[in-house]
Amino acid sequence: MTAAADVPVKATRLPGMAVALVLASAVVMAVLVLLPLFIVFHDAFAKGVQAYAAAIREPDALAAIRLTLLVAAIAVPLNAVFGVAAAWCIAKFEFRGKSVLLTLIDLPFSISPVVSGLVWVLLFGAQGWFGTWLIDHDIKIIFATTGLVLATILVTFPFVARELIPLMQDQGADEEAAALTLGAGGFTTFWKITIPNIKWALLYGVLLCNARAMGEFGAVSVVSGHIRGQTTTLPLHVEVLYNDYDFVGAFAAASLLASLGLVTLVLKTALEWRHSGELSAGRRH
Amino acid sequence: MNYQPAADTDAPKNGSSDLSLEISGITKSYGGKYPALKGVSLQAHDKEFLALLGPSGSGKTTLLRVLAGLEQPDAGEVRFGGEDFLSLPVRRRRVGMVFQHYALFRHMTVAQNIAFGLTVRPRSERPSKSEIADRVADLLSLVQLEDLGKRYPAQLSGGQRQRVALARALAIEPRMLLLDEPFGALDAQVRRELRRWLRDLHDRAGVTTVFVTHDQEEALDLADRVAIMKDGQLIQLGTPNEVYENPADPFVYDFLGAACRLPGTVDGGRLTVADWESKAPKGAQQGPVEVFFRPDEVVFGPLDGAGLGADVRAVAQRGPDVRIECVIEGRVFELEAHGPTLPSGVAPGLSLRVKPLRPRVYPLQPA
Repeated sequence: MTAAADVPVKATRLPGMAVALVLASAVVMAVLVLLPLFIVFHDAFAKGVQAYAAAIREPDALAAIRLTLLVAAIAVPLNAVFGVAAAWCIAKFEFRGKSVLLTLIDLPFSISPVVSGLVWVLLFGAQGWFGTWLIDHDIKIIFATTGLVLATILVTFPFVARELIPLMQDQGADEEAAALTLGAGGFTTFWKITIPNIKWALLYGVLLCNARAMGEFGAVSVVSGHIRGQTTTLPLHVEVLYNDYDFVGAFAAASLLASLGLVTLVLKTALEWRHSGELSAGRRH
Repeated sequence: MNYQPAADTDAPKNGSSDLSLEISGITKSYGGKYPALKGVSLQAHDKEFLALLGPSGSGKTTLLRVLAGLEQPDAGEVRFGGEDFLSLPVRRRRVGMVFQHYALFRHMTVAQNIAFGLTVRPRSERPSKSEIADRVADLLSLVQLEDLGKRYPAQLSGGQRQRVALARALAIEPRMLLLDEPFGALDAQVRRELRRWLRDLHDRAGVTTVFVTHDQEEALDLADRVAIMKDGQLIQLGTPNEVYENPADPFVYDFLGAACRLPGTVDGGRLTVADWESKAPKGAQQGPVEVFFRPDEVVFGPLDGAGLGADVRAVAQRGPDVRIECVIEGRVFELEAHGPTLPSGVAPGLSLRVKPLRPRVYPLQPA
């Protein structure tokens, strides 16, 4: 009898616990995520819309926006191609050193972005391995756009590949094999079978890759040299302005990055909601 | 339903009798370490329905993929219709392959799947859109899926997917049809239905067909000839009747059906198994042998008759069949009998004699 009486008591107590937990996480969320987001926009508009617009239209800010877009426009497509190629190799073929390749792809995730920037300085910097040769030939990599692109590529390399590998491994190579037996060439098979099967996951990976490419700070900070209007991307621009006590300018630039984050989040959620089956590797048709 | 794939192909129609498949000395190993095929040779006649039967790991699927061009063998030769097949890339072989898990293009409708082989042809050889649509409609009705052209593979049952895969393979007017465990993923009921239907389709289409299976019943029921494989080698090739009646070795005997085995001795035309002596089967080797018999090919008799002494442990009626569990020579056997052959009075605890009707003897295998 007591046991039977216990059950409803527990049953009523549990939702109470659940509500408390949900509330607690909502508070944590608000403090850790929403509040900073609010502050970014609040401080950006602290001196009014005019000041905000002026801060964004300022030449250095525009240059930073252009540079950020340029770096992402080079790094993201390259990483999409690398990512598809790497995932294709790993998922559809057996070869020696496959696990080494997998580990290498993950490497940028496990090392500090600062190191990812530093390796380029060690290679191409004035004191680096190829430093003298580059100076002799008047090629500038470090403290120039090329360096920013290289650092960004290295840091954002895993995003596309990581997204595609489990999916492609799960899909196997049977559909491609079927296409070949039906008379399709390698190129046709790739465009008509492989790509359509991974398109949503690819888009998802590109989205994450792009968000990181535009938001990357550590690696690009090392190779940038912080030359205003020339080698400062948006995140670096924020830092430079903040150090100058130009809070409206810093937060205005930060608000752009935050907006990018919000847009990414919305697109990502939309993708997950509409195409969850084609993103996760769990589906078998 | 008047489907004739060979009718409008550019393949020579007369002299089609040389369109036979000759596989010789095919060897294939993975990574140089794991041999999958060890010198397999066999031939298939034109329009033959050939089954590759074997347990998993016997190399049957690898052989099928070699025929399709999806694997390159390390050594050996494949000729089809007199042509060197191995030098042809996959896409030029024009083989219709049905994969074990169908490998339907998941992002295409059923109709698009079936049309794929036609739409990827070079422009000069490609049929017009309306011709393709007609072909797809024909094939859909051939596989009895007329109304499902607009569905996606994920919306079909296993049996329907299997038929779509077959229609897609037939769309390219294949010179050879390759089926990898075509019924493997289907439940027993659907499997039996499709089996007859597939055989019927093969007979009408008149295409040389090679299919892989691990199900001996399926192979014996469907195929013109059965090639039994084990550990990358061809053990026996023959009609279903030949291989069932004359299994080449204990493995084949065991693989093709339930088997009872006992040690015995052949001496001067007489076979002795435990306390039972009989005439040795023709061609039996002298000396110690292994004796095989099917559990339902036995006669039960009283203790004073001829046969193996057996103690009955349990009797169970299963519909028209009776299962008799008994101990012979210290080993437990599950024998089967059909009502009339069972002597009255067989009951647990009784002793009687069991006489194998068609024992087969094989030289004792080194352990």
